[in-house]
Amino acid sequence: MGLLNFFRGKKENTAKLAKERLQIIIAHERAQNRPSHEFLPKLEKELLEVIRRYVQINDDAVKVKLDRDGDVDVLELNIVLPEQGAKE
Amino acid sequence: MSKVLVVTSGKGGVGKTTTSASIATGLAQRGFKVAVIDFDVGLRNLDLIMGVERRVVYDLVNVVQGEANLSQALIKDKRIENLYVLAASQTKDKDALTEEGVKKVLDSLKDDNFDYVVCDSPAGIEKGAQLAMYFADEAVVVSNPEVSSVRDADRMLGLLASKSYRAVNNQTPIKQHLLVTRYSPQRAEHGEMMSIEDMLEILAVPLVGVIPESSAVLNASNAGQPVILDKESDAGQAYSDTVDRLLGQDKPLRFLTVEKKGFFSRLFGG
Repeated sequence: MGLLNFFRGKKENTAKLAKERLQIIIAHERAQNRPSHEFLPKLEKELLEVIRRYVQINDDAVKVKLDRDGDVDVLELNIVLPEQGAKE
Repeated sequence: MSKVLVVTSGKGGVGKTTTSASIATGLAQRGFKVAVIDFDVGLRNLDLIMGVERRVVYDLVNVVQGEANLSQALIKDKRIENLYVLAASQTKDKDALTEEGVKKVLDSLKDDNFDYVVCDSPAGIEKGAQLAMYFADEAVVVSNPEVSSVRDADRMLGLLASKSYRAVNNQTPIKQHLLVTRYSPQRAEHGEMMSIEDMLEILAVPLVGVIPESSAVLNASNAGQPVILDKESDAGQAYSDTVDRLLGQDKPLRFLTVEKKGFFSRLFGG
């Protein structure tokens, strides 16, 4: 930081901006290009079958989502059970 | 056992050829028998960076198409023992390269007891780039600390993990390395350039080296000398460290901190 910079004032941190933009776009593109996404429908179907052995649920009651948080994969399962609970 | 190492990036102009030339030279300096192959059919440049452009008679495509033997096409380096260059074709069509053809060349290099085959990938993700990385055992992904380069590097890492021979045949995945080139510690410190930590956080691949922005790189390419041969230069030393790390040595990173400035440059700003 020389005198010239001092009088010019502090510049904004564009590196931080670059990193934030990259994290968002890369997470998005990785999700799109990932071959592992191909197994999701099958996983959903099989989960549905397993759960149905114990609880009667609708065809659309199981939702599977694969996300990425930083360098960690997050598999999100959302299963909606009927209000009456188990059939027994 | 010979190892196939691809130098790739997605984006052009980040230093793939400079890196291929220096890594191949560095490996040969350490006693390995090395071939470095230019996969950029139609736009060859490795020959210039290696300083052998006037000695190219036959090229990769000639070998693939059976118009020349491998031994006729390999150009022996005059500086380093056991270093050979295989140029890309300047005239042939890009489709001249095929998976079988490339496999044939790599297999004959293995038969000739080459320890390392360094594949210099063209930019992009088209056929040439795919073939350069397809049979790789290890990959050096080159990226500048700049948004488009990092994005393309990430795309390339994805392709290495899904579209290579190892991936398709459920073998151990290609070992991936990140090499950051044209790094400027000053600019990173001032928040004008992503830091090494930023890049590692985004790409999540082990770092094999950091090459500082250096006038030595252009000087070396002007002269047709791989920059690793310039032992006095920061870039040359950084490449030398990189080669040692590729071979499994634990070398601390250098040239990552801002050099102390003198009184006058501090007063007037760098």
